[in-house]
Amino acid sequence: MGEPKRVVVAMSGGVDSSVAAALLVEQGYQVTGMMLRLWSEPGREESNRCCTPDAMMQARRVAAILNIPFYAVDGRTAFRKAVVQAFLEGYAGGETPNPCITCNQVIRWGVLLEEALAAGAEYMATGHYARLQPQPGGTTRLLSGLDPAKDQAYVLSMLTQHQLQHTLLPVGGYHKSEIRQMARRFGLPVAERPDSQDLCFLAGGDYREFLGRYLPESRVPGPIVDGQGRQLGEHQGLADYTIGQRKGLRIAAAHPLYVLEKRMESNTLVVGPAEALGKSELIAGQVNWIEGRPAEEEFEAEIKIRYKATPVRGMVQPLDGGRVRIRFAQPVRDITAGQIVVMSQDEVVLGGGWISRQE
Amino acid sequence: MSNKMERIYLDYAATTPVDERVFQSMLPYFCEVFGNPSSAHSFGQAAEAALEDARYSIAHSLNCRADEIIFTSCGTESDNLALRGAAHARRRKTGANHLLISPVEHHAVSHTVRQLAELEGFRWETLPVDGTGMVDPAAVEAAIRPETALVSVIYANNEIGTINPIQEIAAVCRRKGVLFHTDAVQAAAHLPMNVERDGVDLLAIGAHKFYGPKGIGVLYVRHGLDIFPTQTGGRQENGLRAGTHNIPYIVGLAEALRLAQAEQEQRSQRQMKLRDLIFERVLAEIPLSRISGHPTRRLTNHASFAFERVDGNRLLMMLDMAGFACSSGSACKVGTPQVSEVLTAIGLPPGWGLGSLRVSLGKDTTRAEVEAFLRVLPEIVQRVRQSEGRNG
Repeated sequence: MGEPKRVVVAMSGGVDSSVAAALLVEQGYQVTGMMLRLWSEPGREESNRCCTPDAMMQARRVAAILNIPFYAVDGRTAFRKAVVQAFLEGYAGGETPNPCITCNQVIRWGVLLEEALAAGAEYMATGHYARLQPQPGGTTRLLSGLDPAKDQAYVLSMLTQHQLQHTLLPVGGYHKSEIRQMARRFGLPVAERPDSQDLCFLAGGDYREFLGRYLPESRVPGPIVDGQGRQLGEHQGLADYTIGQRKGLRIAAAHPLYVLEKRMESNTLVVGPAEALGKSELIAGQVNWIEGRPAEEEFEAEIKIRYKATPVRGMVQPLDGGRVRIRFAQPVRDITAGQIVVMSQDEVVLGGGWISRQE
Repeated sequence: MSNKMERIYLDYAATTPVDERVFQSMLPYFCEVFGNPSSAHSFGQAAEAALEDARYSIAHSLNCRADEIIFTSCGTESDNLALRGAAHARRRKTGANHLLISPVEHHAVSHTVRQLAELEGFRWETLPVDGTGMVDPAAVEAAIRPETALVSVIYANNEIGTINPIQEIAAVCRRKGVLFHTDAVQAAAHLPMNVERDGVDLLAIGAHKFYGPKGIGVLYVRHGLDIFPTQTGGRQENGLRAGTHNIPYIVGLAEALRLAQAEQEQRSQRQMKLRDLIFERVLAEIPLSRISGHPTRRLTNHASFAFERVDGNRLLMMLDMAGFACSSGSACKVGTPQVSEVLTAIGLPPGWGLGSLRVSLGKDTTRAEVEAFLRVLPEIVQRVRQSEGRNG
C-alpha cells in the first residue's frame, strides 16, 4: 500500500465537520484540520460567527482527540476583499446578496482549498450534507445529501469541477442522527453551532447598521408605492427590505402588503398584495454547470430559489452569455435577485446561477 | 501530517524537554521528601535542606550569594517581580518614577512596564536599538534622566537572538545610580552566567529554557537592594515571594542550570556549527532572505530569518506538516498574524515583517536533522510564495 492520501478538513468545531474528520482518519487518510480566520469589523474581530474563540477552541479539542494537527488559516483580507465587497455591491445594486455562496466559491474553496493543495493535500473535506460521485469520464457529480432534512447541495452548486474534484464530503451519505451517534462513538463533543441566519461577519450586529457604516447611500429614505404608483409611505433605505418581506413596512392597509420590487434608480420601494408576489419566470446569470453546459434545448428540472425553499418544477432554457431562463408552471413567490437558483434532476445537481434583477 | 511521521523539533527557544538527569534529581521530592520547608519538624527540615542546597547550587552557577536568589514560578514572574518590586520601592524611596526599556523586550517586561504606566502613574520610554536589535550603552547613558528609577534590557532576545552588551549597560546604570534589570531567560541557557562580572542588579531566568521543568524560575536580587513583593502572604523567600516552595521543581531548576553552565562550552560549540550551517545554506539557497538580529553576537543555538513576501504563519504550518517544528515572530495560533514589536523595532522593510522564521537548536540536535530541515526549507518557502498571490 502506498502513502496514505492527505486531506485537509475544514473544521468549524461543530459536530458535522468533526465527524467528517473522524471518518477520514478511520478511512486511513492523513488528516489535517484547518479553520479559516475570517474578517469582522474592527472591534468585533473575536465575534465572527464562523470563527469565534470558542469555535476555534472546540475545533482544536476535536483535533486533539483525533490526534491530528490543526492550523488556523488567515482568510481575513481575502474575505474582506471578495465576500464583503460583493455583499456591499449587491445591496448597492438592489439585490439581497448571499455572501455564504461567495464565501464558498472564493474563500472556503478558494483560500482554504489552495492552502490545502499547497500543503500537499489531495483533497479538502467539509461537513456539508451533500454527496460527490466521480464519473467515468473524469468529472465529479454533485448529489443532494442523503438526509433530505439536512441537504446542503444548494450552497455547493456554484463550485467548479476543479473545486469538486478536490473535495470530500464524508457526512453527506448519512442522516444527521447517524452523525450524532458517530460523534458519540468517536468520543467527540456533539456541540452544535446555533443554526443562525445571521451573516458571520456581522458578528451579531444588525446588517442595516453595518450597511449604514459601509454603504450609507443604501440607507436613504424614499417613497413606498403600490403597483399603480400611488405613494403609500416612506421607506428607510432600500437595503432594509427584501423581496417578499411583509414586516416593517409601517403602512396601514386593508390587506397585507409585501415588497415586490426595489427600484434603485428612483429609490422607490414597490409593494403589493401577496398575489402579486408570484412570478412565472426568472433569469439567472453566471450559471455554473456542474458537469458542463447541457444541450441548447429546454429541459425540465427541479428548481430551488433559496436554500430553504421547497423545490418546484420548471423548464430551463439555456441562453447565451452563461444565462438561463427558467419558467414555472405556477407563479413562484420570493424570487430574489442576488440569491442563487439551483437546478436538479432527482438527486443530481445540474448547476446553479445568480438570480438577476428584472425590470 | 501522519501520526507516525518522524517529527523534528527545532523550537528549543520556546521550550526544551526535561533532561533525564534533571528529571531523576526531582523524583525524590514528590513522594518521599515531601515536607514543607517552612515546617519546624524533621519532614520540613529535609525539604528545607533540599531547598537551600538548590539555592547554593544556583548561586554558584550565577556567581552570587545564596540569599540573592528568589524562587518564582517562571521567568515571566521573575520579570514582574523585578520591575514592579523595584519600581515601587525606588519611587517610595527616592521619588524616581521613570522606567527605561529596550524595544526588544519580552512581553513579560514590556507589558508589565505598560501596566505600571497605565495603572500606577510611572512614565516610561524605550531605548533605541540598531538594525540587529542591539542596545548601545551610550544611548542608555543619554536616555537616563534624574528621575529614572530602573533600566531593563533583555540579555539575549528570544525572537532574533541578538545578545546585548549587558556588562557595559550595567556599568552605565551603576555610574548613574539607576537600577538595572535584565531578562536572561534565553541567555542563561546558552551563555556563561556571572552576575558579578556583569554587574546587574536584577536578573530573571526560567528553568524550562535549559532542560529544566516548566513552572519554576529565579530572580536574582542584588544584596542590599530593597524591592517590594508582588505576591504577599507567608515569609518565604525573605518575604519577597510568598507561597509554599515547589521543592521538586526548585531542585530541578538547580540541576538544570548547573548542567547548562557546566556543559555550556560544549553545547554551544556544537550548536553554533549547526546554526552557522543553517545561515550559510539559507542565505545561499533562498532568494530574498536575510538574517534577523546580529549575525554573530547572538545566541549560539538561534538562527532567525526574514523572508520577503512570505506569511510566517503559513510557513510554519507547512513546515509542521512536513515534520519540522519551528517558530515565527508573527505567528499566531488563531490565524491573525501581525508583525511583532521586535521585528518592527529593528526596522524590517515592508513586505518582510510577516515572513520571519526562527530555528532554535537543542543540545542534542544532530547534523542529520539540520540537513533534513535544510533540504525541505527552500522548497517550502517557494511553495508559500507561489500560493501567496492566490490568497492575498
